[in-house]
Amino acid sequence: MKRTVWQQWSGILFAVPWLLQFVLFILIPFAASFWLSLTDYRFRDFPQMIWLENYADLASDDVFLKSVFNTLYYTVFHVPGVMIIAFFIAILLNQKVKGMPLFRTLFYLPSVTAGVATIMLWLVILQPNGILNQALGLFGLPGPRWLTSTQWAMPSLILMSFWTVGTTMILYLAGLQGIPQHLYEAASIDGAGHLRKLWHVTVPMMTPTIFLTLVLGIIGSWQVFTQALILTGGGPANATLFVLLYLYRKAFLIFQMGYASAIAWVLFVIILIFTLIQFGIARRWVYYEYDESS
Amino acid sequence: MALLSERAPPGSGVGERMQSTVTIRGWRARILRPAWRVLVYAMLVAGSAIYGFPFAWMVRSSFMTIDQFYEDPPPFFPLPPNWSSYTEVWETGPIVWWIANSTIVTVLGVVLMTFVSAVVAFGFARTEYPIRDALFLLVISTMMLPEHVTIIPKVIIFRDLGWLDTLLPLTVPMIGGSAFFIFILRQFFRTIPRELDDAAAIDGASPLRVMFTIVFPLSKPAIATVAVFSFIGKWNEFFEPFIYLNTPERMTFAVGLRFFQAGMWEQPQLHLQMAVALIAVAPIVVIFFFAQQHFVRGITLTGIKG
Repeated sequence: MKRTVWQQWSGILFAVPWLLQFVLFILIPFAASFWLSLTDYRFRDFPQMIWLENYADLASDDVFLKSVFNTLYYTVFHVPGVMIIAFFIAILLNQKVKGMPLFRTLFYLPSVTAGVATIMLWLVILQPNGILNQALGLFGLPGPRWLTSTQWAMPSLILMSFWTVGTTMILYLAGLQGIPQHLYEAASIDGAGHLRKLWHVTVPMMTPTIFLTLVLGIIGSWQVFTQALILTGGGPANATLFVLLYLYRKAFLIFQMGYASAIAWVLFVIILIFTLIQFGIARRWVYYEYDESS
Repeated sequence: MALLSERAPPGSGVGERMQSTVTIRGWRARILRPAWRVLVYAMLVAGSAIYGFPFAWMVRSSFMTIDQFYEDPPPFFPLPPNWSSYTEVWETGPIVWWIANSTIVTVLGVVLMTFVSAVVAFGFARTEYPIRDALFLLVISTMMLPEHVTIIPKVIIFRDLGWLDTLLPLTVPMIGGSAFFIFILRQFFRTIPRELDDAAAIDGASPLRVMFTIVFPLSKPAIATVAVFSFIGKWNEFFEPFIYLNTPERMTFAVGLRFFQAGMWEQPQLHLQMAVALIAVAPIVVIFFFAQQHFVRGITLTGIKG
């Protein structure tokens, strides 16, 4: 059956709004950003090409390297921490007891309200004479100066991030609910106890979701910005200077936009590499059921 | 809320698994199961206390006077509570403007982004043309693109358009919908039986008509989910508005809060900050309680399974 050009292509009209947005606000800025990273642009005069100089400077910029180190430090503790806590809560929330909707709401609420307002709250909780240090005092532990000491500022932000595990938790909950019941029954018949079922049924069946949260978690932690801006401003002594915060300083406080574009691209490539590596090793540990529907 | 509890299917529900062995080992049912239940409750209550505590502390702190924060130790709960923060905040900053601006952006976000995303998603779910699947892959791949890579050129573009310090950079790009929402909706539309629109098409209905009279009405739950997500996303949005907006009266609430914290007094006014933060969080909490079931559903809709 022969179709006219209109019949064959008219469907693409539905995609036009998105295509417009894609070209104007994603594709052009994306390409321009790479071009800018090869220039000395400072928001006023016309950009001069300096090719790879920005990248060469970055390699010897101690503050930048510090920001990469800080972000790695955060990632290493934040990502596994959130995954473990969220997994534990999800299993807890998947039990059949009364009042569960209320509990689910409580655990998810911090993630829904996550933003400047709830971040500011931690200024009060983490005050040197604040409630957390008072609580530690009850156990005879000396509370540190959380946000204002170089040693404790980063742990403060990591600790704080464990409050907003809701999204990961909901993903795990959805995953748990998708595990077919007959697998547990089969395991029971084989005489498996609860821990063995957890390890040999739940965890393997959850690997696709665990993988997804790992990828998203790492992408997210390379983009930490708001918490650090509001609670520490990157300090003290750059102890919580994240890569994105450094980009912000360079681009919008001192207007070295060429240099900042180079930071943006290095960050982009780092995220890309991390993601590709994870997809590369995923098939060694992620279990995919054959699914004809997709 | 009721919906959530009904939806709690038999996952790794330990109590349930025990049921099957109940006749064999009766003592398990009598002793272990109630014990497990008590343990589960204990952990749930302890966990909720930890996760709910910061909110309680926010309320408590908004009732303090500024001097009480610097007492050693500060009072656990200030008595009598100082209500004046809630009257004082309105005089200390252009909060009414922030609420107005955030409302504009959020309402536009909910209406425009949801509608456009639905239309685009319909195209991917229900029409056929040669490069459709490649195009959809492109949509998905933009979700992976971090926004910071495009922010600098966008600032330059918006500066040249004279849009900086206005709400335009926050609203105009929404004409294309959002990749994430397009993805969610497309997945949902594909679950609607195709026979329904084929029947309508035989009766002479155009794709647009099929979209408005069949697919959209049948997709109300998914569309509601997307609307709730976009409400929360737009209300909380910080990075881009923070870069684009400078004048206090033109800020959105999230950016205004930061302004409120950073530069208005010589000494931080923590009690006012907490009061204004509570005002900012309130709409989200209200929406969340009303639209709770849409969240879990939204996640399930993305087709992510265990």
